[in-house]
Amino acid sequence: MIFRIFEKEELKKLFEVFVAHNRVVGAVEAGRDRDDQPVYAFSDVSDYNEIKLDYSITKLPAKRFFLPFKEELATFRIENDNWTKDISYNIDRPLILFGLHPCDINALNKLDKVLLHSVYPMPYYAAKRKNMFIVGMNCVPQPSCFCRSMGTDTALHGFDMFITDLGGRYFVEILTNTAFNFLRHIRTMEPMEEDHILYMKVVEKRKKEFTAQVDTTDLTKILDMEFQSDVWKYWGDRCLACGTCASVCPTCYCYGVEETVDINLKGAKKTKILHSCNLIDFAEVAGGHNFRPERHSRLKYRYYHKHRGFVEAFEESLCVGCGRCGESCLAGITVPEVIESIRADGKE
Amino acid sequence: MDPELKFVDIAAQPYRQQQRRDDLKSFEYSYRAEITSIYPLTEMETLYRIQIVDPEERNRFVFTPGQFLMLELPGIDEAPFSISSSASVRGEVELCIRRVGNLTNFLPRVKRGTHVGIRGPFGTGFPMKEMHGQNVILVAGGLGLVPLRSPIAYVMENRSHFNKVNIVYGTKTPSQLLFTHQHEMWRKDDIDLNIIVQKADRSWKGPSGLITEPLKEILTGKDRDYYHNTYAIVCGPPVMFKFVCNMLNEFHIPMQKMFVSLERRMHCGMGKCCRCNVGSTYTCLKGPVFDYWTVMNLKEAI
Ligand SMILES: Cc1cc2nc3c(=O)[nH]c(=O)nc-3n(C[C@H](O)[C@H](O)[C@H](O)COP(=O)(O)OP(=O)(O)OC[C@H]3O[C@@H](n4cnc5c(N)ncnc54)[C@H](O)[C@@H]3O)c2cc1C
Ligand code: SF4
Ligand code: SF4
Ligand code: FES
Repeated sequence: MIFRIFEKEELKKLFEVFVAHNRVVGAVEAGRDRDDQPVYAFSDVSDYNEIKLDYSITKLPAKRFFLPFKEELATFRIENDNWTKDISYNIDRPLILFGLHPCDINALNKLDKVLLHSVYPMPYYAAKRKNMFIVGMNCVPQPSCFCRSMGTDTALHGFDMFITDLGGRYFVEILTNTAFNFLRHIRTMEPMEEDHILYMKVVEKRKKEFTAQVDTTDLTKILDMEFQSDVWKYWGDRCLACGTCASVCPTCYCYGVEETVDINLKGAKKTKILHSCNLIDFAEVAGGHNFRPERHSRLKYRYYHKHRGFVEAFEESLCVGCGRCGESCLAGITVPEVIESIRADGKE
Repeated sequence: MDPELKFVDIAAQPYRQQQRRDDLKSFEYSYRAEITSIYPLTEMETLYRIQIVDPEERNRFVFTPGQFLMLELPGIDEAPFSISSSASVRGEVELCIRRVGNLTNFLPRVKRGTHVGIRGPFGTGFPMKEMHGQNVILVAGGLGLVPLRSPIAYVMENRSHFNKVNIVYGTKTPSQLLFTHQHEMWRKDDIDLNIIVQKADRSWKGPSGLITEPLKEILTGKDRDYYHNTYAIVCGPPVMFKFVCNMLNEFHIPMQKMFVSLERRMHCGMGKCCRCNVGSTYTCLKGPVFDYWTVMNLKEAI
């Protein structure tokens, strides 16, 4: 890996090089919450001053830029009894994601496994993914972050360059040739031994700042053993089946498909809409049979898919521990608490 | 150096339909196919014969008995259906469709000659070759006969490769019986066909009761050799195959020789939408045909 060091004011220059010819998305302040704390969101940016480099975490992940809530899979032109199907992957230019935190980069890496690198790769995702340039940036752990327990507190790949704030200067890991070429536009230096030491210190300090955690040892087996546990009913009784957890989750990708005819009857659309397994109709079939009619069976399924099924298939969990679902859940259901309670039930 | 990122255009890549499973561009591609025949079977079910229009694509469309496809009516809906015809015919399939929802209620309005889209074939099939030299019991409840028609066709085309073949078929009422026009044909091919209905009406001359009754008769009094060399294929509503599989199990039909076809909600057929998951297993990829050992290990399967 190639490392460089650059002065703080160089970052603005780098941003300007990016934005001069490309679409850039970064974290901005979208408003304030009840406690007057800033609420952050990923959004298109053209002005460096708008970008919040020290954002805590965004309410919503950057998902809408690669898995939009609603997306047209195909359009049809209908003439008399004949039709033609037109397929577009709904992207026409590359995108720079500026300042993604490790959890969100790891979320993309996990999605890649199922959407790009398994059977029937999904072109709608692939087209966006292949046109994505990622500038990662280190973060300050929040009270709800348990990424360290999920092994996603650092990103090893899945970005083009990754920037760490060393106090006075930035330390950058360069993973791709494209990133290296971009960096030629600003003044960078080879890091010295003392920079390495400083980097280690920063990493060490951050490591100590994590508070939330969850024990995932043997979790796949525990989920199997506790499949009939009443603890699921406890959580199911609280769950509002609103689906918020899935929509704020950077790794939730489940969907439904709908077809509609245009009003003029000359065209039709096939639309993919992200779904949530907590919603009542997720496993309902025509005729009214529902394979998961109770809230607890759906909530359990969400954990089962993320922490067992995905692990079985790809040897890692489909959760990056960003804590967004817990923070957004009106019923106060958080991943560490659910997993802890299942584990505790098994110990009784 | 030009600081503008280059756009990667996936859509500009050529189709490689033969490798549907790893080709990005095949994902949403549907074969244009024509409804060549519409054959009403019962009040609720109709048999559609569908042929891929392009001769080259027709030649490429190969499936194994038990697999399904996605049928699309532009602007109406897209849904999974089992292929209910012989796998030795290329590019032409028969689908037996029950009216239940959006797409299936619209279908009766379309005419012969209508063009539809099909994607697939998807999922796993029954290992017909492995069954050569063995006995086969096919158990169908209700609409479960539909996916069995393809293995039945295989058995008939390769009748000499199979020993004893039984079909046990049950429906709620006699009026729901499917493919009645073919029952004689199956029998003439030395296939033992047992039909049972739950509720008989005045016209019904056959037996009434549960499907497990004729099955028990077939299984009782056979020797060890029979049980060990028998394959079973079971399709039907979840309650049915629980009882049927338990019975087959009691008679020591090997679990890995028992096959069931599961039905779940599906929106893609390609392991992406997650709607078909049983526990955390994709029915569209690892199924719909599973051996019973696998089903026993699936959470929430039956
Ligand atoms: C592997 C497999 C094989 C099948 N084979 C047959 C068959 O041979 N004959 C037959 O009549 N039916 C079959 N079905 C059921 C058939 O898919 C549904 O009847 C059909 O999806 C109903 O669609 P609809 O638009 O009429 O109903 P709606 O209720 O309007 O359904 C909307 C959408 O939900 C999904 N959906 C709803 N019900 C089901 C369901 N039962 N299974 C899967 N997806 C569903 C589909 O994507 C559908 O487009 C099969 C299902 C599966 C999974
Ligand atoms: S956000 Fe909370 S209440 Fe809503 S579906 Fe998810 S777990 Fe249930
Ligand atoms: S499940 Fe919750 S904590 Fe895990 S990645 Fe999704 S939103 Fe983040
Ligand atoms: S049908 Fe979409 S994942 Fe199986």
